[in-house]
Amino acid sequence: MKQSTIIWTLLMVLGGLGLVSVQVFRGKGEVYVRTVPVEAKSSSKTSPEQTYHWSTYQQVPAIEKGNPGISLSFSRTLGLWVAAFCTLAIFSFLYGDNPLYKFTESVFVGVSAAYAMVVAFWTEIVTNLYAKLLPGLARISFFPDMESSTQPNWLYLIPLVLSVLLLWRLAPKGNWIARWPLAFFIGATAGIRLISYLETDFIGQLQSTIMPFIVFSADGSLLWIKSLRNTIVIVGVLSCMVYFFFSIEHEGIVKYISRLGIWFLMVTFGASFAYTVMGRIALLSGRLDFLFNNWLGI
Amino acid sequence: MLKILQNLDRRWIFLLMFVAVAVPLIMGTTFPETPSGEVIAVFDAVDNLPDGSNIVMALDYDPASAGELQPMASAFTRHCALKKHNIYFMTLWPQGIPMIQSSIDILNEEYPKTYKGKYGTKYVNLGFRAGNEGVIKLVVEDLKKSYSADIHGTNLDNIPLTKNLKNIQQVDLLCNVSAGYPGSQEWVLYGSSPFDIPTVVGCTGVQAPIMLPYIPDQLTGMLAAIKGAAEYEQAIINHYPQLAENPKAKEGLIRMGPQLVAHVLLIGLIALGNVIYFWERKQGTA
Repeated sequence: MKQSTIIWTLLMVLGGLGLVSVQVFRGKGEVYVRTVPVEAKSSSKTSPEQTYHWSTYQQVPAIEKGNPGISLSFSRTLGLWVAAFCTLAIFSFLYGDNPLYKFTESVFVGVSAAYAMVVAFWTEIVTNLYAKLLPGLARISFFPDMESSTQPNWLYLIPLVLSVLLLWRLAPKGNWIARWPLAFFIGATAGIRLISYLETDFIGQLQSTIMPFIVFSADGSLLWIKSLRNTIVIVGVLSCMVYFFFSIEHEGIVKYISRLGIWFLMVTFGASFAYTVMGRIALLSGRLDFLFNNWLGI
Repeated sequence: MLKILQNLDRRWIFLLMFVAVAVPLIMGTTFPETPSGEVIAVFDAVDNLPDGSNIVMALDYDPASAGELQPMASAFTRHCALKKHNIYFMTLWPQGIPMIQSSIDILNEEYPKTYKGKYGTKYVNLGFRAGNEGVIKLVVEDLKKSYSADIHGTNLDNIPLTKNLKNIQQVDLLCNVSAGYPGSQEWVLYGSSPFDIPTVVGCTGVQAPIMLPYIPDQLTGMLAAIKGAAEYEQAIINHYPQLAENPKAKEGLIRMGPQLVAHVLLIGLIALGNVIYFWERKQGTA
Protein backbone atom coordinates (compact mmCIF):
# COMPACT_ATOMS: atom_id res chain seq x y z
CA MET A 1 0.00 0.00 0.00
CA LYS A 2 1.30 3.50 -0.88
CA GLN A 3 2.32 5.80 1.95
CA SER A 4 -0.19 8.47 0.92
CA THR A 5 -3.01 5.89 0.91
CA ILE A 6 -2.10 4.83 4.46
CA ILE A 7 -2.09 8.46 5.63
CA TRP A 8 -5.44 9.17 4.01
CA THR A 9 -7.03 5.99 5.34
CA LEU A 10 -5.84 6.87 8.85
CA LEU A 11 -7.23 10.41 8.44
CA MET A 12 -10.61 9.04 7.31
CA VAL A 13 -10.81 6.52 10.18
CA LEU A 14 -9.75 9.07 12.81
CA GLY A 15 -12.16 11.66 11.39
CA GLY A 16 -15.01 9.14 11.44
CA LEU A 17 -14.24 8.13 15.03
CA GLY A 18 -14.09 11.80 16.02
CA LEU A 19 -17.50 12.48 14.48
CA VAL A 20 -19.08 9.47 16.20
CA SER A 21 -17.56 10.39 19.58
CA VAL A 22 -18.91 13.97 19.27
CA GLN A 23 -22.36 12.50 18.64
CA VAL A 24 -22.18 9.96 21.50
CA PHE A 25 -20.69 12.19 24.21
CA ARG A 26 -22.36 15.49 23.36
CA GLY A 27 -25.76 14.03 22.54
CA LYS A 28 -26.15 16.08 19.32
CA GLY A 29 -27.79 14.98 16.10
CA GLU A 30 -31.29 15.02 17.57
CA VAL A 31 -34.24 17.02 16.24
CA TYR A 32 -36.86 18.41 18.59
CA VAL A 33 -40.33 19.61 17.62
CA ARG A 34 -43.15 21.59 19.15
CA THR A 35 -46.70 20.30 18.68
CA VAL A 36 -48.90 23.00 17.13
CA PRO A 37 -52.64 22.28 17.32
CA VAL A 38 -54.67 23.31 14.26
CA GLU A 39 -58.41 23.89 14.14
CA ALA A 40 -60.43 24.32 10.95
CA LYS A 41 -64.13 24.72 10.23
CA SER A 42 -65.84 23.43 7.11
CA SER A 43 -67.66 26.01 5.00
CA SER A 44 -69.98 23.80 2.97
CA LYS A 45 -73.35 25.36 2.08
CA THR A 46 -75.20 22.03 2.14
CA SER A 47 -74.09 20.53 5.49
CA PRO A 48 -73.93 21.90 9.07
CA GLU A 49 -70.66 23.50 10.17
CA GLN A 50 -68.08 20.97 11.30
CA THR A 51 -64.86 21.56 13.22
CA TYR A 52 -61.74 19.54 12.49
CA HIS A 53 -58.68 19.25 14.75
CA TRP A 54 -55.20 18.01 13.93
CA SER A 55 -51.61 18.75 14.87
CA THR A 56 -48.57 19.96 12.99
CA TYR A 57 -44.98 19.84 14.22
CA GLN A 58 -42.65 22.79 14.19
CA GLN A 59 -38.91 22.21 14.47
CA VAL A 60 -37.29 24.02 17.42
CA PRO A 61 -33.63 24.49 18.47
CA ALA A 62 -32.18 21.70 20.68
CA ILE A 63 -31.77 24.27 23.48
CA GLU A 64 -35.54 24.09 24.07
CA LYS A 65 -35.26 20.38 24.92
CA GLY A 66 -37.12 19.61 28.18
CA ASN A 67 -39.57 22.54 27.84
CA PRO A 68 -43.30 21.65 27.98
CA GLY A 69 -44.74 20.65 24.60
CA ILE A 70 -41.28 19.88 23.14
CA SER A 71 -40.55 16.30 22.12
CA LEU A 72 -37.92 14.36 20.21
CA SER A 73 -38.92 13.71 16.60
CA PHE A 74 -37.69 10.23 15.70
CA SER A 75 -38.48 10.57 11.97
CA ARG A 76 -36.73 13.94 11.63
CA THR A 77 -33.73 12.72 13.64
CA LEU A 78 -33.48 9.70 11.34
CA GLY A 79 -33.73 12.07 8.33
CA LEU A 80 -30.91 14.21 9.75
CA TRP A 81 -28.64 11.17 10.14
CA VAL A 82 -29.46 9.87 6.65
CA ALA A 83 -28.70 13.33 5.19
CA ALA A 84 -25.39 13.50 7.09
CA PHE A 85 -24.47 9.98 5.97
CA CYS A 86 -25.28 10.79 2.32
CA THR A 87 -23.25 14.02 2.47
CA LEU A 88 -20.19 12.22 3.85
CA ALA A 89 -20.63 9.37 1.37
CA ILE A 90 -20.62 11.82 -1.56
CA PHE A 91 -17.60 13.65 -0.12
CA SER A 92 -15.80 10.30 0.07
CA PHE A 93 -15.37 10.51 -3.74
CA LEU A 94 -12.61 13.05 -3.10
CA TYR A 95 -10.62 10.21 -1.52
CA GLY A 96 -11.33 7.99 -4.48
CA ASP A 97 -14.16 6.13 -6.21
CA ASN A 98 -15.74 3.68 -3.75
CA PRO A 99 -18.92 1.59 -3.30
CA LEU A 100 -20.35 3.97 -0.70
CA TYR A 101 -20.20 6.85 -3.19
CA LYS A 102 -21.70 4.71 -5.97
CA PHE A 103 -24.56 3.63 -3.69
CA THR A 104 -25.38 7.20 -2.58
CA GLU A 105 -25.13 8.54 -6.13
CA SER A 106 -27.57 5.88 -7.34
CA VAL A 107 -29.97 6.62 -4.48
CA PHE A 108 -29.83 10.34 -5.33
CA VAL A 109 -30.55 9.77 -9.03
CA GLY A 110 -33.37 7.31 -8.29
CA VAL A 111 -35.03 9.43 -5.62
CA SER A 112 -34.81 12.61 -7.76
CA ALA A 113 -36.38 10.87 -10.78
CA ALA A 114 -39.14 9.26 -8.72
CA TYR A 115 -39.88 12.50 -6.87
CA ALA A 116 -40.11 14.48 -10.13
CA MET A 117 -42.41 11.82 -11.60
CA VAL A 118 -44.77 11.79 -8.60
CA VAL A 119 -44.92 15.60 -8.43
CA ALA A 120 -45.59 15.84 -12.18
CA PHE A 121 -48.34 13.19 -11.90
CA TRP A 122 -50.23 15.04 -9.16
CA THR A 123 -49.71 18.55 -10.52
CA GLU A 124 -50.14 17.84 -14.23
CA ILE A 125 -51.97 14.57 -14.95
CA VAL A 126 -54.42 14.88 -12.07
CA THR A 127 -54.83 18.68 -11.72
CA ASN A 128 -54.43 19.81 -15.29
CA LEU A 129 -55.72 16.89 -17.36
CA TYR A 130 -58.03 14.63 -15.34
CA ALA A 131 -59.77 17.57 -13.61
CA LYS A 132 -60.23 19.40 -16.92
CA LEU A 133 -61.60 16.41 -18.83
CA LEU A 134 -63.65 14.76 -16.07
CA PRO A 135 -64.55 17.51 -13.58
CA GLY A 136 -67.43 15.47 -12.09
CA LEU A 137 -65.19 12.55 -11.17
CA ALA A 138 -62.39 14.90 -10.09
CA ARG A 139 -64.78 16.64 -7.65
CA ILE A 140 -65.74 13.31 -6.05
CA SER A 141 -62.19 11.97 -5.89
CA PHE A 142 -59.63 14.74 -5.35
CA PHE A 143 -61.13 18.26 -5.56
CA PRO A 144 -64.20 18.57 -3.32
CA ASP A 145 -64.25 22.37 -3.59
CA MET A 146 -64.52 22.30 -7.40
CA GLU A 147 -67.68 24.04 -8.64
CA SER A 148 -70.39 21.48 -9.55
CA SER A 149 -71.20 23.54 -12.65
CA THR A 150 -67.68 23.05 -14.10
CA GLN A 151 -67.94 21.66 -17.62
CA PRO A 152 -65.40 19.36 -19.29
CA ASN A 153 -62.88 21.18 -21.47
CA TRP A 154 -62.61 18.93 -24.52
CA LEU A 155 -59.61 20.85 -25.88
CA TYR A 156 -57.55 18.89 -23.38
CA LEU A 157 -58.18 15.77 -25.46
CA ILE A 158 -55.48 17.07 -27.84
CA PRO A 159 -52.62 16.88 -25.29
CA LEU A 160 -54.01 13.54 -24.08
CA VAL A 161 -53.89 12.09 -27.61
CA LEU A 162 -50.41 13.56 -28.20
CA SER A 163 -49.19 12.00 -24.94
CA VAL A 164 -50.57 8.59 -25.90
CA LEU A 165 -48.91 8.88 -29.34
CA LEU A 166 -45.63 9.78 -27.65
CA LEU A 167 -45.83 6.68 -25.46
CA TRP A 168 -46.46 4.60 -28.59
CA ARG A 169 -42.68 4.58 -28.96
CA LEU A 170 -42.62 1.76 -26.41
CA ALA A 171 -44.97 -0.40 -28.52
CA PRO A 172 -43.33 -3.24 -30.50
CA LYS A 173 -45.02 -2.10 -33.74
CA GLY A 174 -45.73 1.32 -35.23
CA ASN A 175 -43.35 3.22 -32.97
CA TRP A 176 -42.83 5.73 -35.80
CA ILE A 177 -46.15 7.29 -34.64
CA ALA A 178 -44.23 8.87 -31.74
CA ARG A 179 -42.46 11.11 -34.28
CA TRP A 180 -45.63 13.10 -34.94
CA PRO A 181 -46.14 14.52 -31.41
CA LEU A 182 -42.37 14.95 -31.15
CA ALA A 183 -42.37 16.99 -34.37
CA PHE A 184 -45.18 19.12 -32.95
CA PHE A 185 -43.26 19.78 -29.70
CA ILE A 186 -40.03 20.61 -31.50
CA GLY A 187 -41.78 22.93 -33.95
CA ALA A 188 -43.79 24.72 -31.28
CA THR A 189 -40.77 25.12 -28.96
CA ALA A 190 -38.57 26.40 -31.78
CA GLY A 191 -41.24 28.94 -32.78
CA ILE A 192 -41.75 30.19 -29.23
CA ARG A 193 -38.02 30.49 -28.58
CA LEU A 194 -37.23 32.14 -31.90
CA ILE A 195 -39.61 35.03 -31.27
CA SER A 196 -38.40 35.58 -27.71
CA TYR A 197 -34.72 35.45 -28.60
CA LEU A 198 -35.23 37.85 -31.50
CA GLU A 199 -37.20 40.26 -29.33
CA THR A 200 -35.16 40.14 -26.12
CA ASP A 201 -31.69 38.90 -26.97
CA PHE A 202 -31.30 40.49 -30.41
CA ILE A 203 -33.40 43.67 -30.67
CA GLY A 204 -33.34 44.30 -26.90
CA GLN A 205 -29.58 43.92 -26.64
CA LEU A 206 -29.03 46.11 -29.72
CA GLN A 207 -31.13 48.82 -28.08
CA SER A 208 -29.14 48.47 -24.86
CA THR A 209 -25.87 48.94 -26.74
CA ILE A 210 -26.96 52.19 -28.39
CA MET A 211 -25.55 54.59 -25.83
CA PRO A 212 -23.48 57.81 -25.82
CA PHE A 213 -19.69 57.60 -25.51
CA ILE A 214 -19.59 60.74 -23.38
CA VAL A 215 -22.26 61.32 -20.74
CA PHE A 216 -23.06 64.68 -19.16
CA SER A 217 -25.20 65.32 -16.10
CA ALA A 218 -28.17 67.72 -16.09
CA ASP A 219 -25.89 70.62 -14.96
CA GLY A 220 -23.48 69.99 -17.84
CA SER A 221 -20.64 68.35 -15.89
CA LEU A 222 -18.94 65.27 -17.31
CA LEU A 223 -19.93 61.91 -15.75
CA TRP A 224 -16.59 60.27 -16.45
CA ILE A 225 -17.30 56.89 -14.78
CA LYS A 226 -20.50 56.41 -16.79
CA SER A 227 -18.72 57.63 -19.93
CA LEU A 228 -15.88 55.16 -19.37
CA ARG A 229 -18.35 52.32 -18.75
CA ASN A 230 -20.31 53.10 -21.93
CA THR A 231 -17.09 53.33 -23.94
CA ILE A 232 -15.90 49.93 -22.64
CA VAL A 233 -19.29 48.36 -23.49
CA ILE A 234 -19.33 49.75 -27.05
CA VAL A 235 -15.66 48.98 -27.78
CA GLY A 236 -16.05 45.50 -26.24
CA VAL A 237 -19.13 44.62 -28.31
CA LEU A 238 -17.62 45.89 -31.56
CA SER A 239 -14.20 44.26 -31.10
CA CYS A 240 -15.74 40.88 -30.13
CA MET A 241 -17.97 41.04 -33.20
CA VAL A 242 -14.94 41.79 -35.39
CA TYR A 243 -13.17 38.72 -33.91
CA PHE A 244 -16.10 36.50 -35.00
CA PHE A 245 -16.26 38.12 -38.46
CA PHE A 246 -14.46 35.59 -40.66
CA SER A 247 -15.48 36.89 -44.12
CA ILE A 248 -12.37 39.06 -44.33
CA GLU A 249 -8.79 38.18 -43.44
CA HIS A 250 -7.67 39.39 -40.00
CA GLU A 251 -4.83 41.63 -41.16
CA GLY A 252 -3.85 45.23 -40.52
CA ILE A 253 -6.29 47.20 -38.36
CA VAL A 254 -8.77 44.30 -38.31
CA LYS A 255 -6.10 42.09 -36.71
CA TYR A 256 -5.57 44.54 -33.83
CA ILE A 257 -9.31 45.02 -33.27
CA SER A 258 -9.91 41.27 -33.23
CA ARG A 259 -7.01 40.84 -30.75
CA LEU A 260 -8.71 43.40 -28.52
CA GLY A 261 -11.87 41.28 -28.90
CA ILE A 262 -9.92 38.23 -27.68
CA TRP A 263 -8.87 40.19 -24.58
CA PHE A 264 -12.48 41.09 -23.86
CA LEU A 265 -13.48 37.44 -24.33
CA MET A 266 -10.70 36.27 -21.99
CA VAL A 267 -11.83 38.71 -19.30
CA THR A 268 -15.40 37.42 -19.72
CA PHE A 269 -14.30 33.78 -19.42
CA GLY A 270 -12.20 34.68 -16.37
CA ALA A 271 -15.19 36.35 -14.73
CA SER A 272 -17.35 33.30 -15.52
CA PHE A 273 -14.75 30.98 -14.03
CA ALA A 274 -14.39 33.12 -10.90
CA TYR A 275 -18.18 33.23 -10.44
CA THR A 276 -18.29 29.43 -10.88
CA VAL A 277 -15.57 28.95 -8.26
CA MET A 278 -17.48 31.22 -5.88
CA GLY A 279 -20.63 29.18 -6.49
CA ARG A 280 -18.88 25.88 -5.80
CA ILE A 281 -17.32 27.18 -2.57
CA ALA A 282 -20.76 28.42 -1.49
CA LEU A 283 -22.17 24.92 -2.07
CA LEU A 284 -19.33 23.36 -0.06
CA SER A 285 -19.84 25.82 2.80
CA GLY A 286 -23.59 25.06 2.66
CA ARG A 287 -22.98 21.34 3.19
CA LEU A 288 -20.33 21.91 5.87
CA ASP A 289 -22.70 24.33 7.60
CA PHE A 290 -25.29 21.54 7.66
CA LEU A 291 -22.79 19.04 9.08
CA PHE A 292 -21.39 21.39 11.73
CA ASN A 293 -24.55 23.18 12.82
CA ASN A 294 -27.50 20.88 12.17
CA TRP A 295 -25.80 17.54 12.76
CA LEU A 296 -22.84 18.08 15.08
CA GLY A 297 -24.19 21.18 16.78
CA ILE A 298 -20.74 22.82 16.92
CA MET B 1 10.69 21.20 -2.43
CA LEU B 2 9.58 21.93 -5.99
CA LYS B 3 9.91 18.23 -6.81
CA ILE B 4 7.56 17.36 -3.96
CA LEU B 5 5.07 19.96 -5.19
CA GLN B 6 5.40 18.61 -8.72
CA ASN B 7 4.10 15.22 -7.59
CA LEU B 8 1.75 16.44 -4.87
CA ASP B 9 -1.29 14.20 -4.33
CA ARG B 10 -4.37 16.23 -5.30
CA ARG B 11 -6.10 15.08 -2.11
CA TRP B 12 -3.85 17.43 -0.10
CA ILE B 13 -5.48 20.29 -2.06
CA PHE B 14 -8.92 18.95 -1.10
CA LEU B 15 -7.87 18.80 2.54
CA LEU B 16 -6.53 22.38 2.40
CA MET B 17 -9.79 23.56 0.84
CA PHE B 18 -11.78 21.73 3.53
CA VAL B 19 -9.80 23.48 6.27
CA ALA B 20 -10.06 26.85 4.48
CA VAL B 21 -13.85 26.59 4.39
CA ALA B 22 -14.46 24.76 7.69
CA VAL B 23 -12.40 26.92 10.07
CA PRO B 24 -14.04 30.32 9.28
CA LEU B 25 -17.43 28.59 9.27
CA ILE B 26 -16.91 27.15 12.77
CA MET B 27 -15.41 30.43 14.01
CA GLY B 28 -18.38 32.35 12.54
CA THR B 29 -16.03 34.83 10.85
CA THR B 30 -17.87 37.57 8.95
CA PHE B 31 -16.69 40.64 7.09
CA PRO B 32 -18.53 43.93 6.49
CA GLU B 33 -20.30 44.08 3.12
CA THR B 34 -21.09 47.17 1.07
CA PRO B 35 -24.11 46.68 -1.21
CA SER B 36 -23.28 47.21 -4.89
CA GLY B 37 -25.41 49.15 -7.39
CA GLU B 38 -27.23 46.01 -8.62
CA VAL B 39 -28.04 44.94 -5.06
CA ILE B 40 -29.29 48.41 -4.11
CA ALA B 41 -31.53 48.29 -7.21
CA VAL B 42 -32.99 44.98 -5.95
CA PHE B 43 -33.46 46.38 -2.43
CA ASP B 44 -35.17 49.53 -3.76
CA ALA B 45 -37.44 47.50 -6.07
CA VAL B 46 -38.86 45.65 -3.05
CA ASP B 47 -38.65 48.46 -0.52
CA ASN B 48 -40.08 51.32 -2.57
CA LEU B 49 -43.35 49.48 -3.16
CA PRO B 50 -46.22 50.46 -0.87
CA ASP B 51 -46.85 48.04 2.02
CA GLY B 52 -49.07 45.13 1.03
CA SER B 53 -48.08 45.09 -2.65
CA ASN B 54 -48.36 41.89 -4.68
CA ILE B 55 -45.12 39.99 -5.32
CA VAL B 56 -44.60 36.80 -7.32
CA MET B 57 -41.79 34.75 -5.81
CA ALA B 58 -40.63 32.17 -8.35
CA LEU B 59 -38.18 29.83 -6.62
CA ASP B 60 -36.64 27.78 -9.43
CA TYR B 61 -33.96 25.77 -7.67
CA ASP B 62 -33.48 22.48 -5.88
CA PRO B 63 -31.68 21.26 -2.73
CA ALA B 64 -28.46 20.80 -4.74
CA SER B 65 -28.22 24.61 -5.15
CA ALA B 66 -29.71 25.54 -1.78
CA GLY B 67 -26.27 26.24 -0.29
CA GLU B 68 -25.86 29.13 -2.71
CA LEU B 69 -29.46 30.25 -3.24
CA GLN B 70 -31.33 29.63 0.03
CA PRO B 71 -29.80 32.76 1.68
CA MET B 72 -31.17 34.82 -1.25
CA ALA B 73 -34.64 33.28 -1.11
CA SER B 74 -34.75 33.75 2.67
CA ALA B 75 -33.61 37.37 2.36
CA PHE B 76 -36.26 38.09 -0.32
CA THR B 77 -38.90 36.48 1.92
CA ARG B 78 -37.86 38.44 5.02
CA HIS B 79 -37.74 41.72 3.10
CA CYS B 80 -41.21 41.13 1.63
CA ALA B 81 -42.50 40.14 5.08
CA LEU B 82 -41.11 43.33 6.66
CA LYS B 83 -43.06 45.28 4.01
CA LYS B 84 -46.15 43.09 4.63
CA HIS B 85 -46.34 42.28 0.91
CA ASN B 86 -48.72 39.65 -0.45
CA ILE B 87 -46.66 36.78 -1.83
CA TYR B 88 -47.46 34.30 -4.62
CA PHE B 89 -45.03 31.38 -4.48
CA MET B 90 -44.44 29.21 -7.53
CA THR B 91 -41.72 27.01 -9.04
CA LEU B 92 -40.81 25.53 -12.41
CA TRP B 93 -38.63 22.88 -10.76
CA PRO B 94 -40.28 19.77 -9.25
CA GLN B 95 -37.76 19.79 -6.40
CA GLY B 96 -38.56 23.46 -5.75
CA ILE B 97 -41.59 22.65 -3.60
CA PRO B 98 -39.58 22.04 -0.38
CA MET B 99 -37.68 25.26 -1.12
CA ILE B 100 -40.98 27.17 -1.16
CA GLN B 101 -41.90 25.48 2.12
CA SER B 102 -38.69 26.83 3.71
CA SER B 103 -39.77 30.37 2.81
CA ILE B 104 -43.31 29.75 4.09
CA ASP B 105 -41.83 28.50 7.38
CA ILE B 106 -39.96 31.82 7.69
CA LEU B 107 -43.22 33.72 7.22
CA ASN B 108 -45.07 31.64 9.83
CA GLU B 109 -42.29 31.45 12.42
CA GLU B 110 -40.74 34.92 12.19
CA TYR B 111 -43.72 37.03 11.13
CA PRO B 112 -46.74 35.29 12.71
CA LYS B 113 -48.73 38.53 13.18
CA THR B 114 -48.79 39.19 9.44
CA TYR B 115 -48.78 35.72 7.95
CA LYS B 116 -49.69 32.93 10.41
CA GLY B 117 -53.07 31.45 9.53
CA LYS B 118 -53.43 33.86 6.61
CA TYR B 119 -52.90 31.43 3.76
CA GLY B 120 -54.86 32.65 0.78
CA THR B 121 -55.11 36.25 1.98
CA LYS B 122 -51.43 37.16 2.56
CA TYR B 123 -49.61 34.38 0.72
CA VAL B 124 -50.44 31.51 -1.58
CA ASN B 125 -48.43 28.52 -2.79
CA LEU B 126 -49.12 27.75 -6.44
CA GLY B 127 -46.61 24.90 -6.39
CA PHE B 128 -44.94 23.32 -9.40
CA ARG B 129 -46.03 23.22 -13.03
CA ALA B 130 -44.24 21.26 -15.73
CA GLY B 131 -43.63 22.98 -19.05
CA ASN B 132 -40.65 25.26 -18.46
CA GLU B 133 -40.94 28.46 -20.55
CA GLY B 134 -44.41 27.34 -21.70
CA VAL B 135 -45.66 27.91 -18.14
CA ILE B 136 -44.09 31.39 -18.07
CA LYS B 137 -45.78 32.30 -21.36
CA LEU B 138 -49.12 31.19 -19.96
CA VAL B 139 -48.92 32.83 -16.53
CA VAL B 140 -47.95 36.22 -17.98
CA GLU B 141 -51.03 36.13 -20.20
CA ASP B 142 -53.60 33.98 -18.38
CA LEU B 143 -52.63 32.53 -15.00
CA LYS B 144 -55.59 30.18 -14.71
CA LYS B 145 -54.86 28.50 -18.03
CA SER B 146 -51.75 27.05 -16.41
CA TYR B 147 -52.69 26.98 -12.72
CA SER B 148 -56.27 25.93 -12.10
CA ALA B 149 -55.58 25.04 -8.45
CA ASP B 150 -52.96 25.77 -5.81
CA ILE B 151 -50.63 23.16 -4.34
CA HIS B 152 -53.38 21.84 -2.05
CA GLY B 153 -55.82 21.39 -4.92
CA THR B 154 -57.93 24.42 -3.97
CA ASN B 155 -59.44 26.13 -6.98
CA LEU B 156 -57.79 29.51 -7.61
CA ASP B 157 -61.25 31.12 -7.88
CA ASN B 158 -61.83 30.19 -4.23
CA ILE B 159 -58.64 31.84 -2.95
CA PRO B 160 -58.94 35.59 -2.20
CA LEU B 161 -55.43 36.43 -3.48
CA THR B 162 -55.88 34.69 -6.83
CA LYS B 163 -59.61 35.15 -7.34
CA ASN B 164 -59.26 38.37 -9.33
CA LEU B 165 -55.71 37.87 -10.60
CA LYS B 166 -55.91 37.42 -14.37
CA ASN B 167 -52.17 37.20 -15.04
CA ILE B 168 -48.90 38.15 -13.43
CA GLN B 169 -48.66 41.37 -15.44
CA GLN B 170 -50.97 42.65 -12.69
CA VAL B 171 -48.45 42.05 -9.87
CA ASP B 172 -46.13 44.79 -8.67
CA LEU B 173 -42.87 42.84 -8.77
CA LEU B 174 -41.52 39.50 -9.89
CA CYS B 175 -38.73 38.01 -7.75
CA ASN B 176 -36.98 34.99 -9.20
CA VAL B 177 -34.35 32.83 -7.54
CA SER B 178 -32.86 30.47 -10.06
CA ALA B 179 -30.28 27.70 -10.36
CA GLY B 180 -30.38 27.28 -14.14
CA TYR B 181 -32.90 26.22 -16.77
CA PRO B 182 -35.74 27.07 -16.54
CA GLY B 183 -34.98 30.15 -14.48
CA SER B 184 -33.89 33.77 -14.57
CA GLN B 185 -33.10 33.97 -18.29
CA GLU B 186 -36.45 32.43 -19.25
CA TRP B 187 -38.32 34.84 -16.95
CA VAL B 188 -36.55 37.74 -18.70
CA LEU B 189 -37.08 36.28 -22.20
CA TYR B 190 -40.76 35.43 -21.82
CA GLY B 191 -41.90 37.60 -18.91
CA SER B 192 -40.15 40.79 -17.91
CA SER B 193 -38.77 41.92 -21.27
CA PRO B 194 -41.77 41.49 -23.62
CA PHE B 195 -44.37 42.53 -21.03
CA ASP B 196 -42.35 45.10 -19.03
CA ILE B 197 -42.94 43.33 -15.72
CA PRO B 198 -40.62 44.79 -13.04
CA THR B 199 -38.29 41.89 -12.27
CA VAL B 200 -35.41 41.23 -9.91
CA VAL B 201 -33.47 37.98 -9.84
CA GLY B 202 -31.10 36.09 -7.62
CA CYS B 203 -29.00 33.54 -9.44
CA THR B 204 -26.00 31.24 -9.14
CA GLY B 205 -22.52 32.45 -9.97
CA VAL B 206 -22.55 30.34 -13.14
CA GLN B 207 -25.57 32.26 -14.47
CA ALA B 208 -24.45 35.73 -13.40
CA PRO B 209 -22.35 36.63 -16.49
CA ILE B 210 -25.25 35.56 -18.74
CA MET B 211 -27.71 37.75 -16.85
CA LEU B 212 -25.55 40.89 -16.52
CA PRO B 213 -26.25 42.27 -20.05
CA TYR B 214 -29.99 42.45 -19.26
CA ILE B 215 -29.39 45.07 -16.54
CA PRO B 216 -30.84 47.72 -16.33
CA ASP B 217 -33.09 47.86 -19.40
CA GLN B 218 -34.63 44.39 -19.27
CA LEU B 219 -33.95 43.52 -15.63
CA THR B 220 -34.22 45.86 -12.64
CA GLY B 221 -31.50 44.26 -10.52
CA MET B 222 -29.66 41.05 -9.74
CA LEU B 223 -28.15 39.25 -6.76
CA ALA B 224 -25.18 37.33 -8.14
CA ALA B 225 -24.11 34.26 -6.16
CA ILE B 226 -23.50 34.20 -2.42
CA LYS B 227 -21.77 37.60 -2.57
CA GLY B 228 -25.00 39.17 -3.85
CA ALA B 229 -26.97 37.41 -1.09
CA ALA B 230 -24.60 38.71 1.59
CA GLU B 231 -24.78 42.29 0.25
CA TYR B 232 -28.57 42.10 0.11
CA GLU B 233 -28.72 40.84 3.71
CA GLN B 234 -26.48 43.75 4.71
CA ALA B 235 -28.72 46.24 2.86
CA ILE B 236 -31.80 44.88 4.67
CA ILE B 237 -30.05 44.96 8.07
CA ASN B 238 -28.93 48.58 7.41
CA HIS B 239 -32.56 49.61 6.91
CA TYR B 240 -34.20 47.23 9.40
CA PRO B 241 -31.71 46.95 12.31
CA GLN B 242 -34.00 44.57 14.24
CA LEU B 243 -32.84 41.83 11.82
CA ALA B 244 -29.27 42.13 13.14
CA GLU B 245 -30.43 40.11 16.18
CA ASN B 246 -31.59 37.21 13.98
CA PRO B 247 -28.65 34.89 13.11
CA LYS B 248 -30.76 33.21 10.41
CA ALA B 249 -30.92 36.54 8.57
CA LYS B 250 -27.12 36.51 8.18
CA GLU B 251 -26.71 33.16 6.40
CA GLY B 252 -25.10 34.79 3.36
CA LEU B 253 -22.86 37.05 5.47
CA ILE B 254 -21.63 34.04 7.50
CA ARG B 255 -20.76 32.17 4.28
CA MET B 256 -18.63 35.04 2.98
CA GLY B 257 -15.96 34.29 5.62
CA PRO B 258 -15.14 30.88 4.07
CA GLN B 259 -15.31 32.52 0.63
CA LEU B 260 -12.53 34.95 1.47
CA VAL B 261 -10.17 32.32 2.92
CA ALA B 262 -10.91 29.83 0.11
CA HIS B 263 -10.30 32.51 -2.55
CA VAL B 264 -6.96 33.47 -0.97
CA LEU B 265 -6.02 29.78 -0.98
CA LEU B 266 -7.05 29.44 -4.62
CA ILE B 267 -5.07 32.49 -5.69
CA GLY B 268 -2.06 31.09 -3.83
CA LEU B 269 -2.47 27.70 -5.52
CA ILE B 270 -2.80 29.28 -8.98
CA ALA B 271 0.38 31.30 -8.35
CA LEU B 272 2.17 28.18 -7.08
CA GLY B 273 1.00 26.18 -10.11
CA ASN B 274 2.48 28.84 -12.39
CA VAL B 275 5.76 28.87 -10.48
CA ILE B 276 6.01 25.06 -10.93
CA TYR B 277 5.13 25.39 -14.63
CA PHE B 278 7.82 28.00 -15.32
CA TRP B 279 10.34 26.04 -13.25
CA GLU B 280 9.58 22.90 -15.32
CA ARG B 281 9.92 24.93 -18.52
CA LYS B 282 13.30 26.22 -17.35
CA GLN B 283 14.37 22.64 -16.61
CA GLY B 284 13.10 21.57 -20.04
CA THR B 285 10.63 19.01 -18.62
CA ALA B 286 7.36 20.89 -19.39
